[in-house]
Amino acid sequence: MIIDFIINIAYLIGALAFVWGLRLLSSPDTARRGNIVAGVGMVIAIIAAIGQPIEGASNNYLWIIGAIVIGAIVGLVSAKKVQMTAMPQMVSIFNGLGGACAVVLAYAELVPYYSGIKELDMAGLIIILLALLIGGISFTGSMLAFAKLQGLVWDSTITLPRHDIVNMVLLLITLGMGGYLVASGVEGGLLMGSVFMVLALIYGFSFVAPIGGADMPVVISLLNSFTGLSAAVTGLIYGSQFMLVGGILVGASGTILTVLMCEAMNRSLMNVLIGGFGGGGAAGNGADGEQVAKEVTLNDAAIQLFYSQSAIIVPGYGLAVAQAQKVCKEVDELLEKNGVEVRYAIHPVAGRMPGHMNVLLAEADVPYPKLLDLEEANDALKNTDMVVIVGANDVVNPAAEDDPSSPIHGMPVLKVWDAKNVIVLKRSMRPGYAGIQNPLFFHEKTRMLFGDAKDTLSNLASEIKNL
Amino acid sequence: MDTFIQFFNDESNLLLIYLLLFTIILGFEVISKVPTVLHTPLMSGANAISGVVIIGAILLIRQADPDDYLTLGLGFLGVILGMVNVAGGFAVTDRMLEMFKKKK
Repeated sequence: MIIDFIINIAYLIGALAFVWGLRLLSSPDTARRGNIVAGVGMVIAIIAAIGQPIEGASNNYLWIIGAIVIGAIVGLVSAKKVQMTAMPQMVSIFNGLGGACAVVLAYAELVPYYSGIKELDMAGLIIILLALLIGGISFTGSMLAFAKLQGLVWDSTITLPRHDIVNMVLLLITLGMGGYLVASGVEGGLLMGSVFMVLALIYGFSFVAPIGGADMPVVISLLNSFTGLSAAVTGLIYGSQFMLVGGILVGASGTILTVLMCEAMNRSLMNVLIGGFGGGGAAGNGADGEQVAKEVTLNDAAIQLFYSQSAIIVPGYGLAVAQAQKVCKEVDELLEKNGVEVRYAIHPVAGRMPGHMNVLLAEADVPYPKLLDLEEANDALKNTDMVVIVGANDVVNPAAEDDPSSPIHGMPVLKVWDAKNVIVLKRSMRPGYAGIQNPLFFHEKTRMLFGDAKDTLSNLASEIKNL
Repeated sequence: MDTFIQFFNDESNLLLIYLLLFTIILGFEVISKVPTVLHTPLMSGANAISGVVIIGAILLIRQADPDDYLTLGLGFLGVILGMVNVAGGFAVTDRMLEMFKKKK
């Protein structure tokens, strides 16, 4: 009796730790503690699940311990080894595995049901099929999101014509199949159950296929809330209120986070899901080949920067790819020594994930107050001498402001053209991740400095030292 | 319709629905005001929490017959998948947040 009491209290503490942890995670000062609190909650719950008395259970502890050790080692090692630039992909994989876990568990319930060992009422069957469906979408969707972020698959090769309709039909077929399984009960058979699972997996893949460009983080966040939901539904299978609370908490907060991310890009969730960026008007309007971008030499750029009053650096994915954050900080210090006020303008979706740039710059010890958010930056840009764009593209595209035909029209951007001069560090003239041309590069205030961001910045640093 | 009414009149189902609704509201409220900087770490942290599904996998293995290798195998796979999600998720979030710590 007393052991039941202890276990119940342990689960309760675990659930409270999740809520409290998420609370702390929402503020920069306490975020790290919040993560630890939630982690401790998880450990308590896992111990409770192992210790919880179950009548007539054979326990099989060796299997459990073995799997926990393997999983923990794989998880910890990959989390430790992953590059800061590849964080979004990593989160996506982890998320997919959570979904896969729900699929495996639901399938493990279907097998004894269809072979007649275990009986289920209709509600029980619906719950299992739901877990299979949501977990399956989350699994393959996250895996494709990973592959896209990693650059393993190119967006256009995996979308069909009228992909939104294909998706709709696929979803209807999957749901219809689910309806058939629920209606026919145990007569449905394991084969049909497996077909349903495969359909859910295919749908997850197809669901993410048309989404690309700057929308990827939004999808990962959405899939994250799917995994939460699938965990909650799986909790219903095992009658675990703890799993229900934990899963729903993630499902709800993940949904809010998804909406917040969409708002940061001034787009609606529906718009994102249909895949506005990926396909269609890839070229936009600004692609008339007559325009010529003007280049600047390293030496000129160094002189301009060194003798300016104020400079704002706009980091983007290029900075992350080139791992240029430390050199960037070096240039910053050299300029500051000569009295130049150096700050950073951080667009909410610069890089591949919101907050991506903040993490990178924090790694290079750039002080917090030097980072300006979108609104602060747009105010500051009006009185700035020099803007240095390091591998950012879509977030500084003036077409978002003045070209209604552009696919990113309406997205808030950094108005770098308000500053006196703009230097763009870029590998080539290739368009950004959203696949659209950027008129900024042909702007009269703009000068291009081609090359790898890290090389260019370190060359710039040595030029400045020589002045 | 009758089954529907019956479902709602059942005390434990009703409690479940209360729990569900309050948790949803809690989930919405607890992170409704987050600075953009924290979007990625928060997503990552929430992702780690979604690994609670591992609890189900543990319970599955514990209730399985020691000779039922299919269920044991599936449970084993489930615990590994869930544990990678949990351990990796919390570790990666910690690494992201490490960068935010205050410098002297």
